[in-house]
Amino acid sequence: MLAYILRRLIMIPFLLLGVASVSFLLSQMTKGDPLAALVPERMMSNPDIVNAVKAQWGLDQPLPVRYVIYLGNLVQGDLGTSFSTRRPVATDIAERLPATLELVVAAMIIGTVMGLALGLLSARFRGTLFDSVARIFALIGSSLPIFWSGLILLYLFSVRISFVPGTGRLPPRVTAPPDVTGFYTVDALIAGNIPLFLQALSHLALPAFVLGWAVTGVITRLVRSSLIEGLSLDYARTARAKGAPERTVLVKHALPNAMIPLLTILGFTFAYLITGAVLTEAIFSWPGIGSYAVRAAASLDYPAIGGVTIVGSVAFLLANLLTDIAYAWANPRIKVH
Amino acid sequence: MTRTPAAAPRASLSRAKAVWRTLRRLPPTARIGALILLFWAITVLTVHLWPIADPLAMVGRRLQPPSPDHWLGTDALGRDVFARTLRGAVWSIPIATVVVACAVALGSVLGALSGFYGGWTDSIVMRLVDVTLAFPPILLAMAVAAMLGPGLANASIAMVIVWWPIYARLMRAQVLEVREREHVEAAVAGGARGLRVLRVHILPLCWTPTLINATMDFGQVILLAASLSFIGLGATPPAPEWGSMISEGATRFYEWWIAFGPGMAILSVVLATSFLGDGLRDLFDRRSG
Repeated sequence: MLAYILRRLIMIPFLLLGVASVSFLLSQMTKGDPLAALVPERMMSNPDIVNAVKAQWGLDQPLPVRYVIYLGNLVQGDLGTSFSTRRPVATDIAERLPATLELVVAAMIIGTVMGLALGLLSARFRGTLFDSVARIFALIGSSLPIFWSGLILLYLFSVRISFVPGTGRLPPRVTAPPDVTGFYTVDALIAGNIPLFLQALSHLALPAFVLGWAVTGVITRLVRSSLIEGLSLDYARTARAKGAPERTVLVKHALPNAMIPLLTILGFTFAYLITGAVLTEAIFSWPGIGSYAVRAAASLDYPAIGGVTIVGSVAFLLANLLTDIAYAWANPRIKVH
Repeated sequence: MTRTPAAAPRASLSRAKAVWRTLRRLPPTARIGALILLFWAITVLTVHLWPIADPLAMVGRRLQPPSPDHWLGTDALGRDVFARTLRGAVWSIPIATVVVACAVALGSVLGALSGFYGGWTDSIVMRLVDVTLAFPPILLAMAVAAMLGPGLANASIAMVIVWWPIYARLMRAQVLEVREREHVEAAVAGGARGLRVLRVHILPLCWTPTLINATMDFGQVILLAASLSFIGLGATPPAPEWGSMISEGATRFYEWWIAFGPGMAILSVVLATSFLGDGLRDLFDRRSG
């Protein structure tokens, strides 16, 4: 197992290098002029800015030298300067990261709870109407364009019946809680400000549900199928023979074994979450990395897009690494291959 | 064995019969999926003949809710949303078809060569696969599409770049498995060499997982294409592409019907492909279930 994890760990730097190289190549592809990827069009006429950027990124140097400079800047955390905010991309991203994390964590909780519950119940009542309804609900969640389900739910629950507030993390002109974790809900609780906590929570509820629903499908499907498989195995038959009711067999015997495959798809789920977060944030004006990326893409803010891509890939690699480790830990039979 | 001219038509007839028998063995959900896809295929081919409004013309007052005249209402420019949704299929479905076909072709060829030759071919292809898969799909697609410049063609290229590694892995795994079978050994012993072994003796047995996966991915490609258009990197207005139609409706929370039609259209395709893909997998490929 240790060898397996080590092998994964050794892969990481190489994959990071690969990601950085692809990003570098992409930045060189832009309209044939790499300068266009670093300087906004309207600043091109300013020789001071152009020369400063050229020197910083080595644009007067040959490609291999530029590549080394690019990697050097990257290692120092320099992702370039955003065209639209005119601030370092790294600063922009760091500022917006907590909003995205709060959304993703909340969505992961909702998705896992709903997925486990639906998977458990539809395995218990398989073949019944409930089973079909639960599976269709889960399937629709992962088949809907998330920017569309967000829009429709926002219309239903915010515009029509005012059940939840509209977009954003807090109502307009409400001050954010003092920054501790960056999660508004948690920070409001730390500050002991219950009304603020409720406001932050009600703003978080709908986008987190929309995003959570999207991953529910994957989890429900997996939990259901591995539970049904587990119920047909010998240990389940033994438990039944000893007189355990079906409910106990399911929860005490089949469920723990179904958790292992669940671990394996965490990385996969994370990909869903990133995709979903980008689009959900755009619909709900959530001030995270996703809406930043969408705005950057729409305005062709190349440094910002590149920065988000690199940060997203690092997060994705880490999630996959954690998945591998968790899986190796939970299932010692795994072999290095 | 030589194939006589008389035997050929019978062979193709029995193949048609086999396809029909397969369709009849599919579970009901998969058949519904197949019907939905058939509906959209017919729509793509014939929608220009249908008696519906011109998708680009202003045919009514703007922002009208659904009514008998305009079944799904009108958008901000007074265009008929129902007509635009049906016409949108002409954009979305062919694009997804081309993207999946290119990704399958590119991925399968590289994956097959990688699995067959091994060695440094395998190393290079698989490292490329690893690096591509290290990117979250939407971010890579956004980055490539933005760098190439907005537009459907570039968005399609971006999606092929995102999708080919999956098919490379699938095909490589299949080739690695089939390569060890006895009939391949027999063919090699009989003097078959190189690519001929791959083409004649290995590849025909490798397609099932790829085809099943491609069916399922079709819906996902529709979703990603719509997402890119929604962001502003895919189809550009006034094209009635589903994603950009939803994007036009996204700023109008009160006029829900603008986005409703294209959203349902996307949902129907994605559900249909997962129903059909599931059904096909249950029939042909129990192991990967």
